[in-house]
Amino acid sequence: MSAQIEIDNQTIPFTAGQTIMQAAAAAGIYIPHLCHHPDLPAHGSCKLCTVSVNGRNMASCTTPAEAGQQIGNQTPALQSLRLRLIQMLFIEGNHLCPTCEKSGHCRLQATAYDLGMLDSHFPHFYRQHGVDSSHPDLLLDRNRCIYCSLCVRASRDLDGKGCFVMSGRGINKSLAINSPSGQLGDSAISANDRAVSICPTGALLPKQQGFTTPIGKRHFDTHLIRDEV
Amino acid sequence: MSNLDFIATTIDGFHHNPKNLLQILITIQAHLHQIDDVAVAAVASALHLSPNQVVAVIDFYSFLHRHHRGRYEILISDSITDRMLGNQALLQQFCQRLQITPETPRSDLQVSIAPTSCSGFCDEGPAVLINGVALSQLTGERVATICDFIEANTPMDAWPDSLFEHREQIHQRGLLLNLPAPQGEVLNPFFTENQDHCDETAATATIAQLERAALRGRGGAGFHTALKWRLCREAVIARQQQGEHSRAVVICNADEGEPGTFKDRILLVHQAEALIEGMTLCAATVGAEEGFIYLRGEYRYLLPQLTQLLEKRRQAGLLGRQIKGKTFSFDITIHLGAGAYICGEESALIESLEGKQGIPRIRPPFPVSRGYLGQPTVVDNVETFIAAAAIAIKGDAWFNAVGTEKSRGSKLLSISGDCSLPGVYEFPFGITVTEVLRAAGADEKLLGVQVGGPSGTFITPDEFLRTIAFEDLSTGGSFIIFNEKRNLFEIVQNFTHFFAHESCGFCTPCRVGTTLLQRQFDKICDGHGNHDDLTTLQEIAQICKSASHCGLGQTAANPILTTLQRFPVSYQHQLCTNAFEPCFNLDFSLAVTRQLSQRDDADAHLSQQGGASA
Ligand SMILES: Cc1cc2nc3c(=O)[nH]c(=O)nc-3n(C[C@H](O)[C@H](O)[C@H](O)COP(=O)(O)O)c2cc1C
Ligand code: SF4
Ligand code: FES
Repeated sequence: MSAQIEIDNQTIPFTAGQTIMQAAAAAGIYIPHLCHHPDLPAHGSCKLCTVSVNGRNMASCTTPAEAGQQIGNQTPALQSLRLRLIQMLFIEGNHLCPTCEKSGHCRLQATAYDLGMLDSHFPHFYRQHGVDSSHPDLLLDRNRCIYCSLCVRASRDLDGKGCFVMSGRGINKSLAINSPSGQLGDSAISANDRAVSICPTGALLPKQQGFTTPIGKRHFDTHLIRDEV
Repeated sequence: MSNLDFIATTIDGFHHNPKNLLQILITIQAHLHQIDDVAVAAVASALHLSPNQVVAVIDFYSFLHRHHRGRYEILISDSITDRMLGNQALLQQFCQRLQITPETPRSDLQVSIAPTSCSGFCDEGPAVLINGVALSQLTGERVATICDFIEANTPMDAWPDSLFEHREQIHQRGLLLNLPAPQGEVLNPFFTENQDHCDETAATATIAQLERAALRGRGGAGFHTALKWRLCREAVIARQQQGEHSRAVVICNADEGEPGTFKDRILLVHQAEALIEGMTLCAATVGAEEGFIYLRGEYRYLLPQLTQLLEKRRQAGLLGRQIKGKTFSFDITIHLGAGAYICGEESALIESLEGKQGIPRIRPPFPVSRGYLGQPTVVDNVETFIAAAAIAIKGDAWFNAVGTEKSRGSKLLSISGDCSLPGVYEFPFGITVTEVLRAAGADEKLLGVQVGGPSGTFITPDEFLRTIAFEDLSTGGSFIIFNEKRNLFEIVQNFTHFFAHESCGFCTPCRVGTTLLQRQFDKICDGHGNHDDLTTLQEIAQICKSASHCGLGQTAANPILTTLQRFPVSYQHQLCTNAFEPCFNLDFSLAVTRQLSQRDDADAHLSQQGGASA
């Protein structure tokens, strides 16, 4: 058997060392994801990319493709699992889309649309999270953080700065900043760092601008996230 | 010595190695009762870390704190068995005598008290940790004595020895507990007369022997030990063939965090030599020079005697450089945990050994190919290493003769709860639950038994002919007995809270799911759950189970799922009949207001319609 896997009955090739997510992306197949980014090593924490591999649920962004795997992706069971997972992210934080500058450009929101999310299903946690506005050009709103660690990895691996660290345990997890004061203002971050643009939600935003694109013309008003494989 | 001098000396003692960050922080916490910003800054700059990297580690472990804890820090073990033995009354007694409230240090910082996850003394509870040292068999009288010592500021060294004695009850010995302490004999086949280094054929023979003995891991997962050691050995050889300097690492998992388990502690007391021998055998087999014992923080009282034993074996030429005068070197370092159940998961344990937060790694790669510092690593349970040493000494046929077809040898059980003879028992695999109960003197009518701890299964009397074996009731050793007067919901609630507290928070289904489970279950317990709430509970349980990153999240819903299956009627009775029940409890939400207004009269309470307890 050559290097092929089957996703929802479609046979696709893969090269040695590729994960299922990478093989799927190369073949133009969308698997929902939030903590995965092609420029960074896999993390495997959001679990939105869960697929069934020979009947077992696995995170596709961390599971190596192996010849002959029978993979379920857009199955009703997996789509409803993903819907519940993204609802968990929504109720854990405080995501008030209508007042968020990232609305329409937000990958969390766009993925939720893709999964057909109409309500939050679970009771909200209503936890209090701080906002850090100490930086002249950037705002960190922890209410919108989904703990994907993309900024942690991008700042470390792409910007070479290591401005962030995930701190705490369990439900008390929080994004911490590597700076003498623990605030963004005296960290090494700057507004055009990858760490900023990679944030899938409105947690890390540039200041001095907002709502620049009218509703109807925003990125995800005109694109579907599933088309951005 | 000033605090900063103490910190500097501690860091020197740990060779300025960031891998020792957790050990450094544990030492500072023990001495200064906190790791404040000044300490964080000092540690960070000495180890070339950023302050928040240090804070991230502190905030991960339950036993480390950025704010001052009492100079006498009391942690009261809150396992279900401690509760059954009356720990809540003792907690109240502590609070009254010492004028403190849980979680808040007294204003003079003399003392603080807080609950902690199961401390591993279930057969002789209730237990507490005071400044990290375990005290068991607590009674009202003992609490009074302890409070007096604390108020008099008597150093713990001056407290009577009797306060620190543990019964360490063994009621039945078998293959492992009867083994005389080995003195290096497992290494004999590795060194023939005129050969100076480890014999290759002895390594393959050891693996073949373990395979014939069919030894499977005793930590819960039951992985075949021979296969693990072989994969590790092959990974080392493969790397060496590519010109890499590769050495394996041997790690003993003595984190024993599963509530209800304490058999590893007993083994560390009575069979530590066999453990070290088993680890040395593993090192000779897989090609390791470095070994670790990851000892759960709750067992810190064992540290002096274990350290002494390692030293004794070094003196005897059985450990350290040039073992038995040959070129084989292998040494063992003991690392302490700091209150994190997740660090029992092998890849989280390795992260923790590297001085980091205990977050399970992505697998593959598995530890056998990339473990500690990227080197091929064997992680085995205490009992597994002892069994390996026993097999090397007594032979595979001796071991193989005991047990069942698929589960060879014996299993140590930690038995606690409603029985007259709680303690450690070594039984042949295949023993029925009924036989175990008889041995432990559990002759009341029972509600059931929790086998394998919260992550295992709750079984009812009609299942008592089931057997302790990998093919039936697989267990790391926890065996908690409940008589029929026990409240099922209190049991499940204790376990469900445990998992929410111990989730590492890395992945969504477990981080959010275990907290949702806790809230949803509490709502039902409080009599405010209706039929839909039960459906939601089951749904969350399935999400945790099917989408979590590691065993913790995958089993966190087991207490709910296994009891729901067996007690559907009890769950139905616990529900209220309302079509809708809000997820918040009105009366509970007013608690803060009542506190502020210092009122607790009837008018300061709101009743909620429909709830079973309203
Ligand atoms: C959440 C969690 C906690 C664990 N705790 C322990 C433990 O305390 N002791 C242990 O030996 N294994 C524990 N394990 C199992 C280990 O990951 C690993 O399988 C075991 O140490 C391997 O040793 P063995 O093959 O000798 O059993 C735990 C696993 C999980 C998922
Ligand atoms: S399942 Fe729980 S403990 Fe395991 S990685 Fe996920 S959050 Fe951490
Ligand atoms: S994208 Fe795979 S776990 Fe987040």
